[in-house]
Amino acid sequence: MKEQQFQEKIDLEKKIEPKDWMPVDYRKHLIRQISQHAHSEIIGMQPEGNWISRAPSLRAKMILLAKVQDEAGHGLYLYSACETLGISREELVEQLQDGKAKYSSIFNYPTLSWADMGAVGWLVDGAAIVNQVSLQRTSYGPYSRGMVKICKEESFHQRQGYEIMADMANGTPQQKEMAQDALNRFWWPSIMMFGPQDSDSPRTGNAMKWKIKRQFNDELRQKFIDQTVGQAEVIGLTIPDPDLKWNEEKGHYDFGEMDWDEFWSVVNGNGPCNIQRLEHHKKAHSDGKWVREAAKDYSKKQKSTETN
Amino acid sequence: MNLLNYTLRIADSSLISAQRLSEWCSKGPTLEEDIALSNISLDLFGQANGFLEYASEIDGSKSADDFAFKRNEREFYNLKITEQENGHFGDTIARLFFCSAFNFLFYTELSKSKDETLSALAAKSLKEVKYHLKHSKSWMIRLGDGTEESKLKIQESLNSIWQFTGEFFEMDKIDIEISDSGIGVNNTSLKEEWNKIVNDTLDQAKLTRPEDMYMQTGSKKGLHTECLGHLLSEMQYLPRAYPDAKW
Ligand SMILES: [Fe+2]
Ligand SMILES: [Fe+2]
Repeated sequence: MKEQQFQEKIDLEKKIEPKDWMPVDYRKHLIRQISQHAHSEIIGMQPEGNWISRAPSLRAKMILLAKVQDEAGHGLYLYSACETLGISREELVEQLQDGKAKYSSIFNYPTLSWADMGAVGWLVDGAAIVNQVSLQRTSYGPYSRGMVKICKEESFHQRQGYEIMADMANGTPQQKEMAQDALNRFWWPSIMMFGPQDSDSPRTGNAMKWKIKRQFNDELRQKFIDQTVGQAEVIGLTIPDPDLKWNEEKGHYDFGEMDWDEFWSVVNGNGPCNIQRLEHHKKAHSDGKWVREAAKDYSKKQKSTETN
Repeated sequence: MNLLNYTLRIADSSLISAQRLSEWCSKGPTLEEDIALSNISLDLFGQANGFLEYASEIDGSKSADDFAFKRNEREFYNLKITEQENGHFGDTIARLFFCSAFNFLFYTELSKSKDETLSALAAKSLKEVKYHLKHSKSWMIRLGDGTEESKLKIQESLNSIWQFTGEFFEMDKIDIEISDSGIGVNNTSLKEEWNKIVNDTLDQAKLTRPEDMYMQTGSKKGLHTECLGHLLSEMQYLPRAYPDAKW
């Protein structure tokens, strides 16, 4: 009965709010997805944070720092959305550090040159937007509203990244080489950000019925590829896929086979930076422990003097 | 020439503080504090940029980026305290607190400068620095009056950074000349107020004011600690390695 009413609400495109009844699995699915999203924002600070101290101009430095700070804000916002489902931020962080919760695999690749700041903004934020625009219509209210807010900032990030890429591609031969190299390294991991092909994606079923997910992985991936190919052409860079070809009949680009062995091995912990990213997070967390404890003790003392 | 040097001193202290603070990004004790430190760093980069743009205008040939990325250690005039390594969170907070207390007083005076650009830049900076002072002061108190461990740690931070606080109040020939002409600030006159802010905060934090000791000096002549060279070699790497590139 309750389940039926719930489904009717969803079918009418009404949002589910924290106090509403929801199936156990709906809640579980949301916690998994939103926390994974939050962790991605937080771990994603590292590959870009890697270049803040070396940004080549004052303007570039301020843009990059502000961008990484935005991502921290997104993480904060998403953790709060997740907390409305009855789980605490501490528990979520614990799950991340235990390896029980995942984050987007794209952040397990290293950023090796300044051009990577372009590639990450242009491709990684670009892919994230395609996904997040779709999630603005997700059925859970706090998540949907979070996405609306976050999307606005992501589109800035994407433009700023593309600008770096364009400047590099039109710069000295060395800069152009860096730009092409960055595209070569980030292209395939970026299009794999949309997840496995739907034919191999076990969880899609209920997520679509409950309208947590609104579009299939392959649809979103295609949309991203279609919009990005032209952008690469404009700045004179070549997408590293010999099979990439416009398909007149379908009105879409055909593209080559993705390396799913690599994808799954990175998801399962064997990527170039998996260990480092988690170690970095754990170290910051444990280095900050005494500070968090001090703040807690201080506020306890304040409260007890207030009541006395 | 003296006005250029004077402006660079202000710019460099902001720039180097900002660069140091930005190293905290993704390493903060909480997500909220990570964001706060990035915010302060961004403010300081913005201030540095403003003063460097003015330096560029006075100089007539070098750009703000040239000043930031193409000068050597001996041509930087930031206060030594700003280049010190971050250490742990308490070390950073102690440094930020002392600097912010000074900046607050300094910009309050500089905003009355006869030089319109300097006074406008100071007025804008002052708004931001008020928040930096408030933020770092509140952490001084929380750490000082938090746990046994935090009290011990922040007291050690204070003791070790204290030797760098003498530079705030120094006046050399350039300072005297610029201050006498109504453009610059008489740093010595800020000491009393600075002491008040510091003593009041340390009282609230239940911390002990360090004994005066050997005080570091030299930054006005471009003499620095060993920390600055490493900071600059990282910060300036790209423009130096690719001198023909535009970014
Ligand atoms: Fe984000
Ligand atoms: Fe972003």
